[in-house]
Amino acid sequence: MEKSLSWREFIITRLIQSSGYSAVIFVLLIFFFLLREGLPTLSEVDASSLLSVRWYPIEDYFGILPLISGSLMVTLGAALIAVPFGIGTAVYISEIAPRWMREILKPLVELLGGLPSVVLGFLGILVVSPFLRIFLDLPTGLTAFTGSLLLGGIAVPTIVSVAEDALDSVPRAYREGAWALGATRWQTIWRVTLPAARSGVLTAVMLGVGRAIGETMTVMMVTGNAPVLALKLGSLFSPVRTMTATIAAEMGEVANGSTHYHVLFLIGIVLFVISLIVNIIASSVVFRARKRAERILS
Amino acid sequence: MFPRLPATIIPLMKHVLILFLLSSFVITSCGSSSNSSASVSPSKYIENKGSDTIVNLALAWAEKYQSGHPGFRISVTGGGSGTGMAALINNTVDIVNASRRIKQEEIDEAKKNGVEPVEFIVARDAIAVIVNPKNPVNELTLQQLSDIYSGKYTNWLEVGGEDRPIVRLSRETNSGTHVYFLETVLRLGNKEDKTLFSTDTLLLPSSEGIISEVRQNPNALGYDGLGYVPDDLKTIAIAKEEGGAFVLPSISTVNDKTYPIARDLYMYTNGEPTGVVREYLDWILSAEAQQIVAELGFVPVK
Repeated sequence: MEKSLSWREFIITRLIQSSGYSAVIFVLLIFFFLLREGLPTLSEVDASSLLSVRWYPIEDYFGILPLISGSLMVTLGAALIAVPFGIGTAVYISEIAPRWMREILKPLVELLGGLPSVVLGFLGILVVSPFLRIFLDLPTGLTAFTGSLLLGGIAVPTIVSVAEDALDSVPRAYREGAWALGATRWQTIWRVTLPAARSGVLTAVMLGVGRAIGETMTVMMVTGNAPVLALKLGSLFSPVRTMTATIAAEMGEVANGSTHYHVLFLIGIVLFVISLIVNIIASSVVFRARKRAERILS
Repeated sequence: MFPRLPATIIPLMKHVLILFLLSSFVITSCGSSSNSSASVSPSKYIENKGSDTIVNLALAWAEKYQSGHPGFRISVTGGGSGTGMAALINNTVDIVNASRRIKQEEIDEAKKNGVEPVEFIVARDAIAVIVNPKNPVNELTLQQLSDIYSGKYTNWLEVGGEDRPIVRLSRETNSGTHVYFLETVLRLGNKEDKTLFSTDTLLLPSSEGIISEVRQNPNALGYDGLGYVPDDLKTIAIAKEEGGAFVLPSISTVNDKTYPIARDLYMYTNGEPTGVVREYLDWILSAEAQQIVAELGFVPVK
């Protein structure tokens, strides 16, 4: 009896352990796959051609700079919209709203997070883009900004949900201490609660930005997909083409093993590296913040 | 999977597989009422894939044919001419729809895989150039269109319209319509010409995207298959050269070849088709099927 129990224990432990390792293995496998399919590009296409500003793959123009700038532009815009809005909503739900309001708002925000991105894309084409064209007097409403707005809408629920959990787990004693010292409600939120929840809030922002940069369907439908190098602030209000939309639009069509195919995988590597950098920065900031907080508290 | 088998056996094996799947489905799900399902003979199954330009037409054909021939199953999917060609090269499809002729590289690659593409012209198509009804421009020459799409003209004023920026709309580069428009309009049919679309041309992933943008944006200029243009958009009359007659696209102007942006639509099979595929293709070229071509806004071949 005892023997079989320990045997079962052994199997269960190993199973849990292997599912823990599987995440690492999958990431490594995906990365190797990307490298294997993407790296041949470097021998097939000159660096000068890759770093040019013309993307027209059916005639062998493989300049990926417009795509990178397009993705960054849309993501930056989305972050500028989603971060203040998301954190503000989280603060309101966690700190200000009465209990009944919180119980309505939180599920609603999570419902918004479950909205399929293709539905948001339709909303963008039929409502947001015509409105923006008339309201801002643009030549066309299919712009980076339209994409940013909708991506902001996609990122907000993630940010709200994670940031609200972080704020909620700040011990009540912190707030009571601040009030006892005569701090106003705003001072308590801004100087005590938010800094105490900083690492969680930062994680929320990174997850939100991560969702925005990887989002495909919505941006493909509303950003116009014109591969123009977007460097000025004004480019936010003109059409751009993102890396994700390029891969999605062209991968289904491309001949397996061709140069175009390899370049699309190279773009995948670039995307992978960008989200890796975002994650590394985020976790290092969180790590440093935690160390300092521990120092202060001890 | 079976690289040594002759090419003709592979589709056969696929059919056997489908028979197996179908019969197991019938046995497991509706054992008692299997009488009705037994009429679906899997040897009458046709996989039809390719051009988005033709997908509605192919669906209408398939529907009509299946209603007249019980037991026939035709599965139609889109994805673009290139997607269809890739499927032809990999021999995973019975009939490929294409809005452009097969390229030499594609023929070479197909032959490497033991696939012998055979071509059928099944309908004709005209590309209509469309603008918002509020736009006063009614006619353009091919040269003007080329100069607009290559970025030389950026304001409607330069081609006789109002003082508005031109927003150029195009299908994605994987669309057969895109390639055809590039060759026929931007490069005016000249193979040496290396003119490209202006980089700020909006590349939209679907016909629907182009139509909805033209419908609500008076700055927009787009193109799409004649069969897909709704009545509430304005079609531009095109002249082949300066001083030539401006012609609106219609069935008669495409058939007498006076409308300059028109093309043939193709179906490709692996080798001379036999059996059910042959029957189906013969029917497509019949008067009954060509009637459907006209109903959908395309141009019949006969």
